[in-house]
Amino acid sequence: MKHLRQLEDQSVYILREAYKHFDNLAMLWSMGKDSTVLLWLARKAFFGHVPFPLLHVDTSYKIPAMIEYRDRLAREWRLDLVIGQNKEALAAGMNPSMGRVVCCTALKTNGLKQLLEQKGYTGVILGVRADEEGTRAKERYFSPRDKHGDWDFRDQPPELWDQYKTTFPPGTHIRIHPLLDWTEINIWEYIKYENIPFIDLYLDRGDGTRYRSLGCAPCTTPIKSTAKNVDDIIHELRHTTVAERSGRAQDEGRGMELLRKDGYM
Amino acid sequence: MDNPTQKPSENLNIVIVGHVDHGKSTLLGRLYADTGSLPDGKLEKVQAICRQQGKEFEYAFLFDAFLEEQEQGITIDTARTFFAWKGRQYIIIDAPGHKEFLKNMISGAARAEAALLLIDALEGVKEQSKKHGYLLSLLGVRQFAVVVNKMDLVGYRQDVFAGIEKEYREFLSQFKAVPAQFIPVSAKLGDNIANRSEKMPWYTGPTVLDTLSVFKKEAARSEQPLRLSVQDIYKFDARRIVTGRITAGRLKVGDHLVFSPSNKRANIKSVEAFNIEPQPTEGRAGQSIGITLDEQIFVERGEIASHQEQLPLVSTAFRANVFWLGKRPLEKGRKYLLRVATKEVDCEVASIHRIIDTMDLAQQQGSSAVNRNQVAELTVRAKAPVAFDLSASFEATGRFVLVDEYDIAGGGIITELVHDDQEFLREEARRRDFAWVKGEVGVEDRAQQYGHRAAVVLFTGGRHTGKSFLARKLEGRLVADGRHAYLLDGENLRRGLDADLSEEERGQTTEMARRYGEVARLLIDTGLIVVSTTNPFGLAYREAVQAIRTLVNPAPVIAVHMSKADEEPPPNTDVVLSGPTDFDAATRRIMEELKRRGVLAQAIGAKPTFQYSI
Repeated sequence: MKHLRQLEDQSVYILREAYKHFDNLAMLWSMGKDSTVLLWLARKAFFGHVPFPLLHVDTSYKIPAMIEYRDRLAREWRLDLVIGQNKEALAAGMNPSMGRVVCCTALKTNGLKQLLEQKGYTGVILGVRADEEGTRAKERYFSPRDKHGDWDFRDQPPELWDQYKTTFPPGTHIRIHPLLDWTEINIWEYIKYENIPFIDLYLDRGDGTRYRSLGCAPCTTPIKSTAKNVDDIIHELRHTTVAERSGRAQDEGRGMELLRKDGYM
Repeated sequence: MDNPTQKPSENLNIVIVGHVDHGKSTLLGRLYADTGSLPDGKLEKVQAICRQQGKEFEYAFLFDAFLEEQEQGITIDTARTFFAWKGRQYIIIDAPGHKEFLKNMISGAARAEAALLLIDALEGVKEQSKKHGYLLSLLGVRQFAVVVNKMDLVGYRQDVFAGIEKEYREFLSQFKAVPAQFIPVSAKLGDNIANRSEKMPWYTGPTVLDTLSVFKKEAARSEQPLRLSVQDIYKFDARRIVTGRITAGRLKVGDHLVFSPSNKRANIKSVEAFNIEPQPTEGRAGQSIGITLDEQIFVERGEIASHQEQLPLVSTAFRANVFWLGKRPLEKGRKYLLRVATKEVDCEVASIHRIIDTMDLAQQQGSSAVNRNQVAELTVRAKAPVAFDLSASFEATGRFVLVDEYDIAGGGIITELVHDDQEFLREEARRRDFAWVKGEVGVEDRAQQYGHRAAVVLFTGGRHTGKSFLARKLEGRLVADGRHAYLLDGENLRRGLDADLSEEERGQTTEMARRYGEVARLLIDTGLIVVSTTNPFGLAYREAVQAIRTLVNPAPVIAVHMSKADEEPPPNTDVVLSGPTDFDAATRRIMEELKRRGVLAQAIGAKPTFQYSI
């Protein structure tokens, strides 16, 4: 498992750089497999501690089992959990039927932006991976966002060796991506190797389907699968040619480019 | 064929570079398509978008994710893509070839362990083919293959291929770069990408896919002398953990470590880790590690830990080859932030020796600025001593970046140490510190007892500016507050310690400052706040301050400059008092500075900041 240790060493280095340089730092946790591995890596980097708050942008459409899992781990690992929600949009009746990009923008992108603004975070750690989707493949480990939280992908800062962009003008913030070099299989290999607790929605619980990627209940569909444990998942992934996020509605057409330019995760 | 899905045992990062339109993205797309590595529906999805927009499908579109990239048919930013082949997981980085996006190409190449450099058979060797070849070498990417693409457009002719190979090898040989292979291909038609071409029977070498397996994972760094760049110090619980990445060599519990440039030393007590059973007792190159030490010495981010036999270099200046990516030109005399491994310190470019034209490697002299995308040879001078290596011996500690305002604007490799005027004193301090005999009472014990750390407050300036008066006032204030402070007056050294010197020798700043500095160093070791002036050195105070700093390093020196008129204070001055002085206000300012530097108040909390102290 040498390659997992290599990935771990790099991610830990990035997390420690982030902690050193950002006084007001937070990590986004969606309870999915990626951000949970990220959380575990933070415990690695800081020797069992998580020295910054974990943010969850709650759209109110998450699968209930995810919320239970969130609260359980927060207790057991003594996490500083901060929950944000775009209450205005929800009160005005925002829901997926109003259009997926519209709904994602309101409840997730804007929900996140509101939370960042309220708390004044200048560094936000996210679990996005380059192999998930085309625009994420072009991300930097340390990726600046302007005053409006927008991403200028045409003019990204250079990233040389292990030197990252850690200084930024007032009013802007940096997104930090320690998992960019990890693939979906690496995530599961690591979950197995380190025995990290995960939500059983990723497994076939008897009906011949499982979730491969977790988002909001209305916009995420399970895939056909009989994977009943992590080994089964890894075996399945080694032989599939179906994209990981094929069950995520927001990826259709140019959805992700538009969303991410405006500050989506 | 081997099973492409077999379990990978290692990762290898590869970058694809070359001139714009020479077919990098097409090669990448083809490589994935021909090895069955594309997700289902990906090809169809992109083909459908092409149909919708009424244009011909190209393999390049598979990874040029941005709408703008597809519309213009160029890659704007590097994409990381993944595929597993023959027991290896490759991360392939597609770098843009357009000169506008050189910083993106460099970001991609800086992450790579090996490279494929593309040259268009029809167009031949172009500007960016050369620039990229040169930059690969500068960035430390030593393994690469040259892929001659679009062979279909030249009728698969061997002489065209041979001509390009000859020309390009000659160019590369000027900076001693040797490619693993030259491969003739047509990325568009799939010749020699994953499958051997039938159109070029004259070529018997490996395909692009075969070449990937020839690249080696660099592993030799563990055999080098130890380099551990200190990243941070944590005290989340009872453990005080020094963290960092081992960039070369290995370490184990019990090893004696020297931290440079502070010259602090201690033994490794433990290697700390989370969720690893049993607890590790050693570490090697590549690892992000945490260790505890047997003594509570104060080390800081930016120091390099090594074994005593193989120390890194220490100086305030070095010579380097730099590529500049900044929005505004690199200028001589301007201030930049220098980052070598984890060390961050202000610096300036002392001289620009020459600009190197990457087209023909011709050198142009006499410039006072380096423009965006140019490569130059220069001397960098830092505000404080830095530990580093030459890039020819150590990769990670032999390179650096320069930050202009908020942005990383350039990077370079260190080619030579430049001797500065503090070299002999620094060597004296190092030898003295290594042989220093300690008692049972440590620095930490004294700091805890006294409620402050040891430091020097040094007043500089011309005659009759009130230095002595303010120094006395400050000593009085500190002692009244219960601090352990002492006014060190040069006059007291003159009659005693310096009694063996002739009148002429007493006029020489160098030896006088050396003696003065060594006395201050002894007093620092007693845990005192030493208050002093540069009075014994008269107008040679600039030179004296430098020498004292070097000898008491790494204890904090709070420099206070006093003058009647506006004048340039010595470098690194902390407090400037010019014109008529309000001595009470001045004392308060210095007390504030002592607090800010962590001398008076010890930072407590989850995120401690440890200040220099002996």
